[in-house]
Amino acid sequence: MKTSVNIRVNGTLRTHDVEPRVLLVHFLRDLCGLTGTHVGCETTLCGACTVLLNGQAVKACTILAVQADGGEVTTIEGLASNGRLHPVQEAFWECHGLQCGFCTPGMILASVELLQHNPQPSREEIAHAIDGNLCRCTGYSHIIDAVQCAAKKMAQPGEAK
Amino acid sequence: MKSAKSNGYIGQAIKRVEDPRLMQGRATFVDDLRLPGMLHAAVLRSPHAHATILGLKTEAAKALPGVTDVFTGAEINQACGLVPCSASMPDLKAPKHTVLAGDRVYFVGHPVAIVVAASPSIARDALDLIEVDYDPLPAVANPEKALEKESPLTHPDHGTNVAFTWLLANGDVDGLFAQADRVIKQRIVHQRLTPMAIEPRGCVASFHAGEGSLTLWTSTQIPHLVRTLLPGMIGVAENKLRIVTPEVGGGFGSKLNLYVEEAMCSHLAMRLGAPVKWIEGRRENAMATIHGRDQIGEYELAVKNDGTVLAIKARTIADLGSYLQLLTPTIPTLTGLMISGCYKLKAVRFELTGVYTNKMATDAYRGAGRPEATYALERLMDLAAAELGLDPVKMRLKNFPKPGEFPFHTVTGLAYDSGNYQRALKKAQDLASWDALLEQRDAARQAGRLFGIGLSTYVEICGLGPSKIMAAGGWEWGCVRIEISGKVTAITGTTPHGQGQETSFAQIVGDRLGVPMDDIVVLRGDTASAHFGRDTYGSRATVLGGTALLMSVDKIIAKAKILAGALLGASAKKIDFRGGKFWVKGKPKNALDWKRLAQEAYVAKNLPANFEPGLEASSFFEPKNCTYPFGTHIVAAEVERETGDVTIVKYVAVDDCGPQVNPLLVEGQLQGGIAHSLGQVLFERTVYDGDGQLLTGEFTDYSMPRARDIPEYVIGSTVTPSPSNPLGIKGVGEAGTIGANPAIANAVMDALAPLGIRHVDLPLLPEKLWRAIEEKTAELRKKKPRSQS
Repeated sequence: MKTSVNIRVNGTLRTHDVEPRVLLVHFLRDLCGLTGTHVGCETTLCGACTVLLNGQAVKACTILAVQADGGEVTTIEGLASNGRLHPVQEAFWECHGLQCGFCTPGMILASVELLQHNPQPSREEIAHAIDGNLCRCTGYSHIIDAVQCAAKKMAQPGEAK
Repeated sequence: MKSAKSNGYIGQAIKRVEDPRLMQGRATFVDDLRLPGMLHAAVLRSPHAHATILGLKTEAAKALPGVTDVFTGAEINQACGLVPCSASMPDLKAPKHTVLAGDRVYFVGHPVAIVVAASPSIARDALDLIEVDYDPLPAVANPEKALEKESPLTHPDHGTNVAFTWLLANGDVDGLFAQADRVIKQRIVHQRLTPMAIEPRGCVASFHAGEGSLTLWTSTQIPHLVRTLLPGMIGVAENKLRIVTPEVGGGFGSKLNLYVEEAMCSHLAMRLGAPVKWIEGRRENAMATIHGRDQIGEYELAVKNDGTVLAIKARTIADLGSYLQLLTPTIPTLTGLMISGCYKLKAVRFELTGVYTNKMATDAYRGAGRPEATYALERLMDLAAAELGLDPVKMRLKNFPKPGEFPFHTVTGLAYDSGNYQRALKKAQDLASWDALLEQRDAARQAGRLFGIGLSTYVEICGLGPSKIMAAGGWEWGCVRIEISGKVTAITGTTPHGQGQETSFAQIVGDRLGVPMDDIVVLRGDTASAHFGRDTYGSRATVLGGTALLMSVDKIIAKAKILAGALLGASAKKIDFRGGKFWVKGKPKNALDWKRLAQEAYVAKNLPANFEPGLEASSFFEPKNCTYPFGTHIVAAEVERETGDVTIVKYVAVDDCGPQVNPLLVEGQLQGGIAHSLGQVLFERTVYDGDGQLLTGEFTDYSMPRARDIPEYVIGSTVTPSPSNPLGIKGVGEAGTIGANPAIANAVMDALAPLGIRHVDLPLLPEKLWRAIEEKTAELRKKKPRSQS
């Protein structure tokens, strides 16, 4: 038995008939073809699948697609606009905030959410905000540097918020 | 070979060319591949550590709509060969490890059946419909118990749990121990660890029946070694096999292997005539991807009262788990080779016993045998300094070889290429404000706080390595091509998976060719383009892969000089080359650039006699020696008396990996490596219960460092070039995991030293420390009763 689910993903309405057990991450990866959202654990623990659902960072591996019905989702593919990287992406690039890149989409989206409600976070606040996102490569220091760098960039007039 | 001259890229902290695709969700990991008609595999695994399989029923699973087929060992093991292991100790007893279990399972996670279905969810549903009748057998999970006479046997037909013995002995050990003023003894447990790359393993196999060729996309560090080894398992010839690694989401040694799933998917793609994909789940990753460390050592260090170290003895048990993966028996031998560390020891005896238990196989995990050596030795040095009442810094300085003594021949038979251990130690002390740090410790102790300073001076063996010490060749290959347009393609036989060599190799090639980095593409991880390679592990890729590319560039430059000479009417000897331009000495105005020369070389209308068209060269670099990076890490740590919680107050690392191609990437490697050590020292441990049941099968139970656990680092470097390669570089991928463990642990132990606590095995969990503190505090109060716990 399938249910029709409507989700606005990166500004485009996506409608698919899904089994009720289909997770949001599989809706995005398998039905929308947006494979930038990664699966690292399927138990909400690693954060590789983090996306923004109605502006909030959520782990797409433990939300059913039907729960996101009618919602708006931003995935990593939808973050840059008009070919221009989001300041958080720019900062991750400059500060070497990624190595293998597998956790990076989730890490960036968790950081974007943090900066939306706390534009000038301390290192401790950043560490707290990305506590649910595991990275095995970088040792986190460069990621924290990157989020601070992004905060500075976003404080410039005319930058995306 | 000439030394590399920098035209500007080498040494610069350049942003990575890999990043834009990774940051925008445009990179391709194995799970992102979708092939037409692709089927999905799922693996049924044993929940028992040891059991006989009395019966296996797959009919219900096969009947589930969407299921293509279900295979058991009886149906697949004949067609897939045994899991290969490269080790060759004379007395090694190796179980015949088939892709699926036969009539017996011998570890939790042992694959029992494989389902192939139209979707991953159907395949998983079908696993639940397979009925397995297990008859549990006694299991052994503790390697010391496995050596006892009455222990259950992991492989009953071996008649013993001993897999092999290995001895490294040199010098007059007994004589030197007799001369010693003191013998420092310590038993050290190097706990089992789970690598936990955030991307689990996975693969997709596709067979072209017309060509008889097979392509395997797999999340591996070693596509070339897989191409060498897989033919022995599935019967497809090496020259009909293409291995591709798209992006790899972390390896840390755990993807330095040929795994049964890669062989099964390849076989089933041929058998079923459709591409087959398998993606590992996290629980599978925790139970059936290799684990690391798991050694227990009884160490003895012979010292004189003045702090001179004489000799070291170790009796080590390595828990191999239940079977052998590619390097399982080799890893603990690296501990033996590095057991003399930075010091002028005169004799060594390292006795190693490899033991089978009913657990997942151990193998290379970041550092791979070397962290055990450094950790054991650096703990012994601190224990010795404490017992002798010496300054641990002075004691280390007393035993270092001097900079003029390199190449330094160790008692373990290695030749350290170059070093200046004194300089790195001095720099680390300066960066740590050593004297002020000592005062801070004194003040904290006077205030009743548990504050300690720890030190580690380490050396590691990297750039592996000369072929004579490697089972399958230790060379590396690279190819450089000036395309007809003048653009440059560089192809490496190494397989970067996060280390950033698409960037650092473009820096190396760009400098030498005098070409902008934007015009260079570095290809990696596809055996169809990188024809040869020995891949990425052992901090070897930049050392060896970078050199192979450099050699190729030099061949092209030599050839281009001949062509430029012919076009300019001069002999090649009279041609100058710099900044991407060729000219006759003294006539730079008539210079030819790569674009012009490439057109001439490929259009081939004006070539000199006997000049082959094209501007392409490939090279195998065979190093004469390994490289030996080194450094000093200094840590200050405080332990909370009431909770046992550890806070890292200061972290200083000075590492010498030779000249740095890209300091940003070097810093990233160090910080990442140190984080692995923080995990090992403070939180991480893979736990099996006494019956071999895995208790750390998830991120919930296996505690890895999170962002809030990371201290702020002070990172410095010294530069001592290696004579082993023209760039002088030494490698840096594992430095953090090797240098950091003992520094952190020594700091915590120093914090606890005033209580009389001598040693606590890793991980230094709050509960363990709290119990140790409580016990000693109670003893110090003497007459008072022991606290309840």
